[in-house]
Amino acid sequence: MSERFDCRDAFQRTLIDLATHDERIVAVVNDSVGSSKLGAFEQRFPDRLINVGIAEQNMVGIGAGLANGGRIPFVSGAAPFLTGRALEQIKADVAYSNTNVKLCGQSPGMAYGELGPTHHSIEDLAWLRAIANLPVIVPADPIETEAVLRWAAATEGPMFIRVGRIPVTAVNDPGYRFRLGVATTLRDGADVTVIACGTMVERALEAADLLAAGGVHARVLNMTTIRPLDRDAVVKAAAETGSIVTVEEHTVHGGLGGAVAEVVATECPVPMRLMGVPGVFAPTGSVESLFRRFGLTAAGIAESALLLRKAAA
Amino acid sequence: MNQLHVQATAEEVRERARAIRRRNVEIVRAAGLGHIGGDLSAADILATLYFAVLNVDPAHPDDPERDRYIQSKGHASGVLYTTLAAAGFIPDSLLDRYMADGSPLNGHPDRNKVPGVETNTGPLGHGLPVAVGTAIAAKLDGSPRRTFVLCGDGELQEGSNWEAIMAAGHRDLDNLVVIVDRNGLQQGARTEATNALDPLDAKFAAFGWAARTVDGHDVDALLATFRAVPFEPRRPSCVIANTIKGQGVSFIEDRVEWHHKVPSEAQTAQALEELT
Repeated sequence: MSERFDCRDAFQRTLIDLATHDERIVAVVNDSVGSSKLGAFEQRFPDRLINVGIAEQNMVGIGAGLANGGRIPFVSGAAPFLTGRALEQIKADVAYSNTNVKLCGQSPGMAYGELGPTHHSIEDLAWLRAIANLPVIVPADPIETEAVLRWAAATEGPMFIRVGRIPVTAVNDPGYRFRLGVATTLRDGADVTVIACGTMVERALEAADLLAAGGVHARVLNMTTIRPLDRDAVVKAAAETGSIVTVEEHTVHGGLGGAVAEVVATECPVPMRLMGVPGVFAPTGSVESLFRRFGLTAAGIAESALLLRKAAA
Repeated sequence: MNQLHVQATAEEVRERARAIRRRNVEIVRAAGLGHIGGDLSAADILATLYFAVLNVDPAHPDDPERDRYIQSKGHASGVLYTTLAAAGFIPDSLLDRYMADGSPLNGHPDRNKVPGVETNTGPLGHGLPVAVGTAIAAKLDGSPRRTFVLCGDGELQEGSNWEAIMAAGHRDLDNLVVIVDRNGLQQGARTEATNALDPLDAKFAAFGWAARTVDGHDVDALLATFRAVPFEPRRPSCVIANTIKGQGVSFIEDRVEWHHKVPSEAQTAQALEELT
């Protein structure tokens, strides 16, 4: 079995390296030093770790103020609270004000499994994707997490980065270079396309293996950037493979699937299936049990692709 | 950098404030929109800050070492723009396009369109957290630059302010000054009848601030107060400026319905007469 990684390790390691070389970089947290894995950062840069306590609205506002003062703040907290509690600050103080704030939503999706829907962040992509001037980025593995963080530090302007907690395999080549708004074709194929992001990418690749065993060649796109979306890759996939399955650790309403469907419906209509959390609050369960319940597994994705092809035929 | 108009006397500031009020009434009348009550209550505070206190330079509005003025009560954009024009940040002629189609002078200020605006406000309870961030940034830099933030009083009902007030007290941000435009009225009624704020000074003190109360229309008192910050070492300063909503125009003063009413032609003439 492949080695698995917690993307927060790449997050904290890269942030320390960036901060070592650029003293403008600071971290802003909401009593989330541990859950953001920033203990080592705090030891190394005690003055540059600003812990505001349990106060997400203040955390985001302070981030915007630090950016006004010439700093590059990485504002990091559990994704459900960072995005849900401080949504208006994200809109007004960060995106609309166009401040150089890097919002880092930790442990997104259903990573907090048994803790329940209050701690699940399955609406964040929909909420943030609706806001102008705010790139929404979902790294799928540690290679991509590091690449996105380096790009973030070097790129002026606001953005949201979803940093995964549940262990994932490496799906990108070590030489991977992040480009905003550009999807990565991880597997080519002409029979159906699976577009995934974050934790679902490795499952989409496993699904493609299952489909290949049955003679169905699936294209797999890693859609790292939810906004701005790679419209060309979506239209090409629709035109060349005739059907699209989207898979995300998020509600099926308004996230990756919604973004892809907007492009497909207006530019190249083809049958689609949107996989994710089907508009419900999840029952109690481990993240893996919830993935199984909602079909967010290699077998579930492969089955969905086959059903879609059958319906599209 | 140059300290702009720092030598302005109290009499000069009063004259500036009168001119700002007059222009403010004109642009609200012309736009047919605005928040004239909250504009006029803050006019003396803004005139004092911009002409005698703030270390800002209209020729270099992005100077990293400038003092920060953050207006959390974004709806009082009329007085902000009028003051920015008087101080030379924007041309006076631009005021004629206040809230006009395509104008940079939106009903609530946009830092990306108007020099001198530090953050986009409008939803209430946003300015103070951002101000805490600019104050922390100055501390990290070891810079003497200061942050002044103007809040409406009703706005203090927003919980986000108290997160920021708590954090500023905890962090000993003596380079941060909050001014509360204490006109006692919010959009629908008196603050004390809606969700009481008093005793405000004791609340700030309990959060680790040094608070003083001042007549927000007495320029001599405002000058003395702003020049005395920080009131105590290692504490942020709170200035509770007792004001009258609509101050300077008799039929607007302390009238809740004038939160965002627009004067008629006859009322405008009377207002300008009273502000001469």
